Amino acid sequence: MPSETIQLRGHIIDSLILPKVLDEIISHGATFKIGEVNIGEQRKDQSFARIEVMAPDANTLDALVLRLRQHGAEVEEKKNVQLATAPADGVFPQDFYITTNQRTFARIDDTEIEVHPTLMDSAIVVDRASKTATAKRFREVKKGMETVVGHQGIRVEPLQRLASHSDLFEFLSSPASVEKPKSVVIREMAQEIKRAKGGNGRILVVGGPAIVHTGAGEHFEKLIAGGFVQRLFAGNALAAHDLENALFGTSLGVNLEEGGLARQGTQNYLRAINAVCGAGGIRPAVASGLVKRGIFYQCVKHGVDFVLAGSIRDDGPLPDVITDVLEAQKAMRAKLDGVTMAVMMGTMLHSIAVANLLPATVKMLCIDINPAVVAKLTERGNFQTVGLVTDMEPFLRELTSCVVGDR
Amino acid sequence: MRQLLLCPPDHYGIEYEINPWMSRARGADTALVRTQWRGLHEKLCSLGCEVHLVPPQPKLPDMVFTANAGLAVGKKFIPSNFRHKERAGEAPFFAEWMQEHGYEVIWLPGDQFFEGEGDALFAGDALFCGYKFRTDVSAHRSVAEILNCLVISVELVDPRFYHIDTCFCPLTDGGAIWFPAAFDEYGQRAIRSHVPNLIDVAEEEAAHFSCNAVVLEHNVVMPEGAPRLMESLGKRGYTCHPLPMTEFLKAGGACKCLTMLMPQRETC
Repeated sequence: MPSETIQLRGHIIDSLILPKVLDEIISHGATFKIGEVNIGEQRKDQSFARIEVMAPDANTLDALVLRLRQHGAEVEEKKNVQLATAPADGVFPQDFYITTNQRTFARIDDTEIEVHPTLMDSAIVVDRASKTATAKRFREVKKGMETVVGHQGIRVEPLQRLASHSDLFEFLSSPASVEKPKSVVIREMAQEIKRAKGGNGRILVVGGPAIVHTGAGEHFEKLIAGGFVQRLFAGNALAAHDLENALFGTSLGVNLEEGGLARQGTQNYLRAINAVCGAGGIRPAVASGLVKRGIFYQCVKHGVDFVLAGSIRDDGPLPDVITDVLEAQKAMRAKLDGVTMAVMMGTMLHSIAVANLLPATVKMLCIDINPAVVAKLTERGNFQTVGLVTDMEPFLRELTSCVVGDR
Repeated sequence: MRQLLLCPPDHYGIEYEINPWMSRARGADTALVRTQWRGLHEKLCSLGCEVHLVPPQPKLPDMVFTANAGLAVGKKFIPSNFRHKERAGEAPFFAEWMQEHGYEVIWLPGDQFFEGEGDALFAGDALFCGYKFRTDVSAHRSVAEILNCLVISVELVDPRFYHIDTCFCPLTDGGAIWFPAAFDEYGQRAIRSHVPNLIDVAEEEAAHFSCNAVVLEHNVVMPEGAPRLMESLGKRGYTCHPLPMTEFLKAGGACKCLTMLMPQRETC
């Protein structure tokens, strides 16, 4: 939203210039934020106000500012960002500006440029020749790159709540609690997912192995088959347990259909990893007919992009797992284009990692049996995040029946 | 004794159009101009004023309207920064004359338009300043700083009443006569909250520039054509002196526009 900061000074209270200016801003369909007001103490003292004026478009803003100038408003000169060069590869200059997950603009050579991508905990690297401003993480910066320092010339556009649109995120973005009316929340979550699918958005699922352990895999498969999932980010474990289930019907040896430990079942997990490694990975294993069901089978069949990021304790890992964490993060970021909703289920570290990559405009649903995980994710201060503390199987069963069964 | 500044109408005429009243097709009758101006001069003298005359200059026909010379308070004189180039040439002559007569001349920044007493009139403890058509609000701030006084800035919205002295006239009892529709809603509210005992002027009388009057204690020197206003002022104890001003109305001026108070106030 384009904005200008204006200053009013003089006998603006007695002359009713201040209320007139504020009324004019509103009547032009614009909004304002009063930054500073100093009221004169004596009758002869002049007063001062600094007001940020935000209009829906540049033309409205220009017309409004022209009108406000007649009332004595002075437009504050906009300053360009201050730049310093990166002293070494992987090192930002001191006092580098740290980004948030909100849309950000940098003023460079008197032109405001949007910073891409919207990525928190990054620095802003500027290329004056191509007039671009890029959010970069530590390892992406190279010695000599021009980097924004300080706050001057930076404008952050906070996410606007839509007054006309009331939805789940308006009502339930409160601290995570086990005392929420779960079926109501799940129904609303289902509506959000359907809304996201109905629009041009893409849905990302970040999932942990609990989906398989709890026997919720079959529900998740229905969501994938129904076209409600376009991206899946996970670790080695989700894939390994899903493939074990696909090949042996067990998860860590536990028979998912009948319960109870299968004979020599604990070994199934490693045998499944071995089999898929032998096939050359998940996609070849599906193509060869080795894997005939399961979450990843559905992903391959329905063209869902998946990224598997590894960790120290992984068994195998599967050939599809990216073991270099920085490479894994890069692969995830490359697949965030167009994502409008992220559903995070049963994984703490992957959920937090992915949440840190998402712009604030992406709606997040966080579901975990551990209240601390849900709290951690919803605490990020974004009203577009809704959390629910519950077990994975009943959640996915209910959600799938609402989404796919069109309840 | 009240001192006033006037300028003989030797070079007066409708030679350009910078307000809705002016039409070069409707010129002023030179003989009538002289008669009407002389009538004003004599009236002001007869009411006990000392009238000074600034020498008129060729090609500056509106110099006759001395209210726009500037604003005199105490021994300070703030010359006008005219918005229209047609009148800009008047400023140095007025400033030089005021300086020669013992005033400290304080110029405003060149980018702040200001048309003197025409847009700045004291009522009570505040200086009421009009803005938009001729004077900028930024000039009000500078004037407030120079004079260290409270300035009430009011927006003028009717181009016929392009200076505040065409629609607002403070009286010596602290009240004022005014034509409210010449101001925007906020200006009206500001005036109402600062000025007691306002006398509203009807539109047809305001259109005769009835508000453009010179108030000298209980005498009001005003253009003809406002019987109702005269009645209202009479009830308040004022003696009205209606004068024919037809030839000056053709340029959008009348009694007050032809007169500058020297000074308007001794102190703020």
